Amino acid sequence: MANPVDTAPHHESAQLHVSGRALYADDIALPADTLHAAFGISSIAHARIRTLDLDPVLSMPGVASVAVAADIPGENNYGSVLHDDPIFADALVQYAGQPLFAVAATSHVAARKAARRARIDYEPLPAILDIRSALAAHSYVLPSEHLVRGSPDDALAQAPRRLRGTVTIGGQDHFYLEGQIAIAVPQEGGAMLIHSSTQHPSEVQQLVAHALARRAHDVTVQCRRMGGGFGGKETQPALMAAAAAVLAHRTGRPVKLRVDRDTDMLMTGKRHDFLADYDVGFDPTGRILALRIMLASRCGYSADLSGPVNDRALLHLDNAYFLEHVDIVSHRCRTHTVSNTAFRGFGGPQGMLVIEQIVDEIARTLGLDALGVRRLNFYGVDTRNVTHYGQMVEDNVIHKIVERLAADARYLERRQAVAAWNAAAPVIRRGLALTPVKFGISFTSTAFNQAGALLHVYSDGTVLLNHGGTEMGQGLFTKIAQVVAAELGLPLSAIRVSSTDTGKVPNTSASAASSSSDLNGKAAQAAAQVIRQRLIQHACDRYGVEAQQVRFHDGRVLIGERNIGFGELAQHAYRARISLSSTGYYRTPKIEWDKTALRGRPFFYFAYGAAVSEVAVDCLSGETQLLRVDILHDAGTPLNAAIDLGQIEGGFLQGVGWLTSEELWWNPQGELQTHAPSTYKIPTARDWPAQATVRMLDGEPNREDTIYRSKAVGEPPLMLSISVLHAIRDAVASCGAAGALPDLRAPATPEAVLRAIDAVRRGVVA
Amino acid sequence: MSAGEPHSPADTVRFLLDGELVSASDLAPTLTVLEYLRDIAHRTGTKEGCAEGDCGACTVVLGELAADGARVGYRAVNSCIRLLPTIDGQELITVESLQERDGSLHPVQQSMVDNHASQCGFCTPGFVMSLFALYLQSPSPSREQVLEAISGNLCRCTGYRPIIDAGLLMGGYPTPGKWSREAAASSVRLQALQALRRPRAMRFPGFQAPRSCDELAAALEADPAAVLLAGGTDIGLWVTQQLRDLPSIIYIGEVAELKCIRSDAAGIVIGAAVPLTEGWGAIVAAYPQLAELAQRFGSPPVRNSGTLCGNIANGSPIGDAMPVLIALGAEIELRRGTHTRHLPLERFYLGYQRKDLASGEFIVAVTVPAAKVGQRLASYKLSKRFDQDISALCAAFVVDHQGDRIGAVRIAFGGLAAVPARARATEAALSGRPWSEDSFEIAAAALAQDFQPLTDLRASSAYRLQAAGNLLRRFYLEHGGSSVPLRTAQIAAAPT
Repeated sequence: MANPVDTAPHHESAQLHVSGRALYADDIALPADTLHAAFGISSIAHARIRTLDLDPVLSMPGVASVAVAADIPGENNYGSVLHDDPIFADALVQYAGQPLFAVAATSHVAARKAARRARIDYEPLPAILDIRSALAAHSYVLPSEHLVRGSPDDALAQAPRRLRGTVTIGGQDHFYLEGQIAIAVPQEGGAMLIHSSTQHPSEVQQLVAHALARRAHDVTVQCRRMGGGFGGKETQPALMAAAAAVLAHRTGRPVKLRVDRDTDMLMTGKRHDFLADYDVGFDPTGRILALRIMLASRCGYSADLSGPVNDRALLHLDNAYFLEHVDIVSHRCRTHTVSNTAFRGFGGPQGMLVIEQIVDEIARTLGLDALGVRRLNFYGVDTRNVTHYGQMVEDNVIHKIVERLAADARYLERRQAVAAWNAAAPVIRRGLALTPVKFGISFTSTAFNQAGALLHVYSDGTVLLNHGGTEMGQGLFTKIAQVVAAELGLPLSAIRVSSTDTGKVPNTSASAASSSSDLNGKAAQAAAQVIRQRLIQHACDRYGVEAQQVRFHDGRVLIGERNIGFGELAQHAYRARISLSSTGYYRTPKIEWDKTALRGRPFFYFAYGAAVSEVAVDCLSGETQLLRVDILHDAGTPLNAAIDLGQIEGGFLQGVGWLTSEELWWNPQGELQTHAPSTYKIPTARDWPAQATVRMLDGEPNREDTIYRSKAVGEPPLMLSISVLHAIRDAVASCGAAGALPDLRAPATPEAVLRAIDAVRRGVVA
Repeated sequence: MSAGEPHSPADTVRFLLDGELVSASDLAPTLTVLEYLRDIAHRTGTKEGCAEGDCGACTVVLGELAADGARVGYRAVNSCIRLLPTIDGQELITVESLQERDGSLHPVQQSMVDNHASQCGFCTPGFVMSLFALYLQSPSPSREQVLEAISGNLCRCTGYRPIIDAGLLMGGYPTPGKWSREAAASSVRLQALQALRRPRAMRFPGFQAPRSCDELAAALEADPAAVLLAGGTDIGLWVTQQLRDLPSIIYIGEVAELKCIRSDAAGIVIGAAVPLTEGWGAIVAAYPQLAELAQRFGSPPVRNSGTLCGNIANGSPIGDAMPVLIALGAEIELRRGTHTRHLPLERFYLGYQRKDLASGEFIVAVTVPAAKVGQRLASYKLSKRFDQDISALCAAFVVDHQGDRIGAVRIAFGGLAAVPARARATEAALSGRPWSEDSFEIAAAALAQDFQPLTDLRASSAYRLQAAGNLLRRFYLEHGGSSVPLRTAQIAAAPT
C-alpha cells in the first residue's frame, strides 16, 4: 500500500455524502420532548424599543416559552473580542434583523409563526448605513490604525507621476448550504450539551457558559461536520447556541434552534465591504515609489472580528508587491447594519483588490501591459524583500509561478489576440488579466497558533482520533487521518476521526486562517509519534531487538525477522500495561507580532498563486462571461492533491461570485433585500468556465517545517478570482480611449459593467 | 400513516417509496414532501437549504404515469415546496433509494465519489438526484445537458467542475442492481403505479383534487375563496416563507383536460395543469428563437412542477413568460361555472397584483398563436446570473417585416412596470418605418414614454431603461443589422 500522504484518498465522508447518510446537526435524532426555537428579529435599523409585547407570541399554539434579554441567567453577550454583541437586543436596536427574543414551541413552524406575532413599538433613531456616512460622522467600532514605512510624504512629493483614485468593494454572504443551527440538551447537575454547526467549538463553549452563568466545564460542544462554513461559522454560531441554551435552561427540555435561510442572511455577519482612497507615486516604468491609502470598512454595529479582519486587509495591501514608502490609515466604521465577520480571506482579499487596482491603473495610465508593471513591482528574492510591516519574505516563488503560468497560458499571444478581436468587435469585447496572490499563513493573534490532539489505539489495533479542528468540507479530517495513518503505518480504514468535542481536546482555536491542517496535523502527528515510540519500545523489550529494527507498514509491524499485525502488537502492549492513549500538542514557531507598532513576523510563511482569466463582456447589457481560466497555485507538497485541487477550484469560483454576481443590496432604510437564493446569486455550474486548467506548483516543498512540508490552501485560492474582475476591467477599458481608467466597482454586475462602459466611452476619468 | 393498504380511500395520499406503498392520512394539506421525508419518515438525506426551490438541496425524483398510462416518466422536483398530496399516485425516489443493500453505490453516486465531487456534502444529495434524473434519460450526457440538469442546484464548495465531470462520466459505470434505466422502465414499476390509479377524486378536509373541468368549476364556484394549486412553485412559498394559513386547496393536477397540449388553427393550446417543461417544449418547437428563454426559466425542478398558466395567473411583473406571450398575442381561456370566455393576455393584468379574474373563475388554458411568415421574434432576459435568476428586465419583440418596411409591431416588457406590459409608444415609433438603425434608435428613445421603472435590488431605474433600449438595438443587430457575434455565449476564449 502506498503511503496515505502520497496518494489522494477521497474525502473521508464521500460515501456518506452521496448516499445521504452523513449526519448534520439537523439530522441528529432528538429526544421526544425536544422544543424548536425561532428568533424574533427587529425590522428597523436603529431604534429604541418602547415596548416589546410578547403576549401574542405566548398565546400561539404550541408555544412553550420565550426568552428576552432579562431572561439570560448570565451575560447577554456573544461577542468574543469586545463584549458588544447582545444575544437579545435590550432596549436598543442596532440593525434591521437583530435578534430581540427567541421562542420555543413544539415544532419548527409553530415557533416561526409565533415569533412573527410580537408587538413591538419602536422609537426610530437616525441610522448610519454606509462607509462614507460613518467616516463623516467619525463612527468607528475600534480605533483606527496607522502604518507608516519609509518617507511616504517626501517620496510622493518627488515622484515623477501621481495618480489618485478610489476602490469600491462589496461584501459577500457566506451562503453555506447548511444554515446556522444549534441544539442544547440539558444534562444532570446544570451541565449543557450543545450540538453546534461551528468552526469554533471552544468559543461556543465559553460563551454559552457565560450566558448560563456557568463555567466552561459545565458545557460540552460537539460538531461532527458542517455543511459549509467559510468563516461564517466562526463567531456567529455562539448566538444560536446561547439562545438555544437559555431556552433549554428555562424549560429544562432540549431545544433545537435551526434558523431559516432568510433569517440567517438577515441576522448574521458577512464579508466586510471596503472603500479605499489612494494616492500613488510612480516612475515612468510603472514602479511604485510611494503610496498613501485611506482604507475603510463597514464593520456594522459591533466589533466582532473586525479588528483582525481590518488588520489583515492592511497587511495584504502589498499583495506580492514591494512598497518602500507607504502610509496606510485603516478605519473600522460603525454602521447600523449587521456586524460583519470572518469570511475566507479575512480582509486579505479586500486589501489585495486595492493594490491590484492601483497597479492596473498605473499600467493603463502609462500605456503599458499590466502584467509587466506587476512583475516590475514584485518582491525581490534578495533585495526589496521586506514587507511594509517588517517581515522578510523568505520563500518568494511568485516570479517562478508567474513566469510558468504566463508561458503555459500563452498570455502574450492571447493579449495580442484579444486586442485584435476588440479592434473589430463593437458589441462583445474580450478582456484578459493575470493577477498574483501572496497570502500570509498564521493567525495574526499569535495565541491562536496552537492545537491539540487526542489519539487512542484500542487493543484490536484500531485508532480513534480527535483533534481541535472542525470539518466543514475542507477535508481536514481526511488529511489528519492520513497523517496518523502515515505515522503508524496503518491503512486509512484503521483510523476513525470522531466529532470535534470540547470534552476531548480543550481550548481549541477556530478552524480558520487556513491553518487547521498545519496546526492539527502537527498535533496529531505528535500524538501518533508518542504511541509509536511506546510500541517500538515494547517491541524491543518483548523481542529483544533494536529500535531501528521495528518498522510500521501497511497495518503490519516488522520486528527484526518477525512480521506481526499492528493489532497484535497493540494487544501485546495492552497486556503489558502500556498506555495506548496520548495527547499531542503543537504551537507554530518563529512568529511574533507587535500589535501596537504593527511590526514583526505575524506569518509563519506565505502561500502563493496566480491566475489568468479571459472574459467576454456584452457592451449592450453589461453581462459578462468567464471564458477561460489558467491557475498555478502553490500548496507546497500537498497533503492530499485531490482535496487541495478542490480547495483551489472552489475558492476561485467563490471569489468569482463575490466579484461578479453576488450583490448585497440594502434599501434606503437599511433593510437587506437580498436575503435568500432567489435574490442573492452565488455562481451556478454554468459559471465554471468551459476552459479551465488548474495546476499546483510542483517541486516547491514548504521551506518551513510544516506537516510534511505542505502549505495551507483554504483561503489563498479565493484571491485568484481577482483576475476575473481585472479581465472585466480590461474589456471595459477597451471601450474607451487609450489610458481610460474603468470606474468599475465590485461586484461587477451587468449594471456596474454597463455604467463603467458608458463612463469610459464618454471619456469620464475615474 | 402506514404501508401496504391496498384500497384507495379519498382521504388518503398514496405513493410508492422504495417499492413500498405509503398511505398517508390525517395530513395537513400544506405538508411538504420535504417535511414528510425529514420529520415523519425520518429520512434525513434530503436537505433543506432555502425552503424556496432555489438551492436544490431538497431535490428528489418523482416517477409518474404518462397520460396514456403505458410508461413512467421520471423528473427531478424541489421537495421543499412540493405539497405531499400532489404526489398521490406517484413514486417518490430519494437519495437513500439509490444505494443497494450491500452498500454498493449507484453509478451517479460512485461517479460523484470518484470525481471528488463532494466537500461539505450538504448539497450533494440534491446533485445526486438531479444527475439521477438525467441518468435515466441520458446516461452519457453532453456537457450542456449536465449543466442544464444541475442548473437548479447550488454548491458553495467545489466550484462545480468535479460535479460536472461526475455527470459526464456516470454512464461509464456498470449497470446498477437498483435503479438502472431498465429497472425504472420495468413492467413491475409500471403496474405498481397503475394499481395506484384511483376510481374517484381525492378529497379530505382542506384539500380536494377534482378529476374533470366540470368538477373543478363546480368546486371553485362552491368555494370561491379556495386556493387553486397547480405545481406549487409559488404557493409553496406562501407556506414555507410567508407562513400563511391557507384556505382550502383545490388541486388542478388531476384534471385530465387541463393536462393536455393541442394544436389547432388558432395555435398551441396549453392546459392550465401542463408543467412548464412541456409547455415551453411546445412553444420552443414552434418558436425555436425562444429556446434560451425557456432554458433560463427557473430550473429543471421548477419547470417540472410549475405550470405556464400558473406563471400567468400569478402575474408577477417579473415573470418571464408574459412578455413574449403578450408580444405574440396569446389569449387565455377563463371559466366560471359553465361560462367560458376568452381574453387577450395583455388585458388580464389590470394593475399590480390585480387581474381581470372574477371570483370563482379560473384559467383553463393559454393559446399561443402559430408562427407567421415574415415575423421576427426574440425575447431577452437580463439578470445578475445567467441560470435560474429572476429578471431585472425581460423583453419580447415581435415585428412583422414587409419588404424593407416594418409592419405590425408588438413589444412587451417585464420588470419595467407594475405588470408585464406592452410598450405602445415604442411600437408606434417603430411601426411603418424602414428596417434601419435610425428607426430602432427612434424607437429606443420612445421607451421612456412607456415606462418609468423602479429601482430595486435587481437593478436601478436607469439601468432598466437603458438596457431596454439596448435590447431593442440587439434585436435590430441580430436581424440583419450585424454579422459580428452579439452574445457572449457565442464565443470561446481567444485561440492560441
